[in-house]
Amino acid sequence: MSSVAAIVEYGFREAVRRKVFAVVVLLTAIFLVLFWLANHFVFGQLSNITPPRDVNVDTRTFAGAFLTGLAMFATLFLGVVLAVFLTLGVVSGDAERGLLQPLVVRPVGRSTLLLSRFLGAAGVCVAYVLVVYVAAMVITGLTGHWWPDTLVWPGVELAGGVVIVIALSLLGSIVLSSTANGIAVFMLFGGGLVAGLLASIGHALNSHAIKHASTIAAWALPFEALYQDALRMMTAHTSGLTGFLLQLGPFGGAYVHGWTIRAWAAAYLVAVGAVALLAFARRNL
Amino acid sequence: MSTALAVRGLAKRYGSVEALKGVDLEVGEGELVGLLGPNGAGKSTLVKIAVGLVRPSDGEVEIAGARAGSKAARAALGYLAELFRFPGWYTADEVLELHQRLAGSNGGAAERRRLLELVALADAAGRRVDGMSKGMQQRLGVAQALVGEPRVLLLDEPTSALDPVGRRTVRLLLEELRGRGVSVLLNSHLLSEIELVCDRVAILLGGELVAAGTPAELSRPRGIELETDEGVRRIAGAVREDAPRLVAEAVAAGRRVYGVRVLTSTLEDVYLEAVGEEMTD
Repeated sequence: MSSVAAIVEYGFREAVRRKVFAVVVLLTAIFLVLFWLANHFVFGQLSNITPPRDVNVDTRTFAGAFLTGLAMFATLFLGVVLAVFLTLGVVSGDAERGLLQPLVVRPVGRSTLLLSRFLGAAGVCVAYVLVVYVAAMVITGLTGHWWPDTLVWPGVELAGGVVIVIALSLLGSIVLSSTANGIAVFMLFGGGLVAGLLASIGHALNSHAIKHASTIAAWALPFEALYQDALRMMTAHTSGLTGFLLQLGPFGGAYVHGWTIRAWAAAYLVAVGAVALLAFARRNL
Repeated sequence: MSTALAVRGLAKRYGSVEALKGVDLEVGEGELVGLLGPNGAGKSTLVKIAVGLVRPSDGEVEIAGARAGSKAARAALGYLAELFRFPGWYTADEVLELHQRLAGSNGGAAERRRLLELVALADAAGRRVDGMSKGMQQRLGVAQALVGEPRVLLLDEPTSALDPVGRRTVRLLLEELRGRGVSVLLNSHLLSEIELVCDRVAILLGGELVAAGTPAELSRPRGIELETDEGVRRIAGAVREDAPRLVAEAVAAGRRVYGVRVLTSTLEDVYLEAVGEEMTD
């Protein structure tokens, strides 16, 4: 346990030293201030929004769900930024700089080293995502007097999505240089988001081909599916036209959801971890 | 003498390049063996396989009886890489503490203080790595390799960045370690250093072992130099046993003899002879 703690601490100090936390905290503070301003103005002017009489839309729910959906996206994005910068150079980057070799030859071993780096990054990112998520919900709740239908699970799923990105980034760091790995993970992340938007478009247009493509993408990149499921749960009990409009997206719908995708995400995480451990064990340094 | 490091039929291929072609080498307990060879000879590859950083294509390496790369082998060795770096934001003391935790050493602050004294860094315990000179970092690297009192030490160019005083510090340290029964495989380009401290020398060329033995075994007679009132005369082909006769003959011939020196090839001569063909290619 001492060696695991030593490596976790090593990764943490590296992140502090490289100002990863400073950048993320600054970005987060800017986001939360802007988010509070958005809530302040949107809910302040809510009484001025009058939908037609025959359109039965709950404007407060609509505004609240839309704003928290936006916060979910920002939280996921910032969480992924933190995850990628904590892990993009763990193997290849550190090996190129000569930082890794003195650690790997110690009895602690490669698998413990990689798992410890994963645990360190996951601990930091999960805590970060949950704090930002709760802060955003509290801002909307206190400013607009609107709370999501489900509060805990969306945060857990959002954190789970970031943990999957950490595993992918660690796997990438074994076979790619730091720069290439950072680009690859961000492209995967972007690809997942595009797939999510495609799903909304596919369902709006009732296009079987687009829906099929987005479903495959959601299973291939389950962090996106978890994010979509988290969005869905925010307004899971909202019915009528308001619920229908929110489900159209982009901050409400999920077309791959439920326990099947959650179980798949867990299995996916284990599989990526196993491949990473195997690849690291065979990697010449 | 039992074997601390055993290399048997070791081969390594990187694609079409054969870095090692069936190398056999042994380092006994308490023995200090120097590994020599030009760039690309396979020295670092051999060391990296021995510490488990690189997988061999064929053959095997054992450290203290355990397969190279296994936990038992890693627990028995100390390693200084040719190209290494410690995090710049760690102090010298923190670097050693990190390695103590990874090595499972319970030597505590006393071990860290002793190691820093051994490499003449006692006054720099609290200094951060990014504030150290390259030579200081290399000495810290040597101290790091000694954390946990390893039985086998593999040092890849440990003095390349050191000044003469630093080299002497490391040389004295290696001699002390040998006295304590620690086995050392020293990979270095500095022939004079190897000649001064090593019990045996192995020369690699193109991935093959081309010469091995003690410096005395590897050296060859190169004649006798006789200094008389006529000047210095070199008698090629003469050996140590000829010296008394040559002195007697000179005295009998009325010469005054001021000195006699038996000439043998230096390690540099041996090395250049072994790798010379490749170097002139």
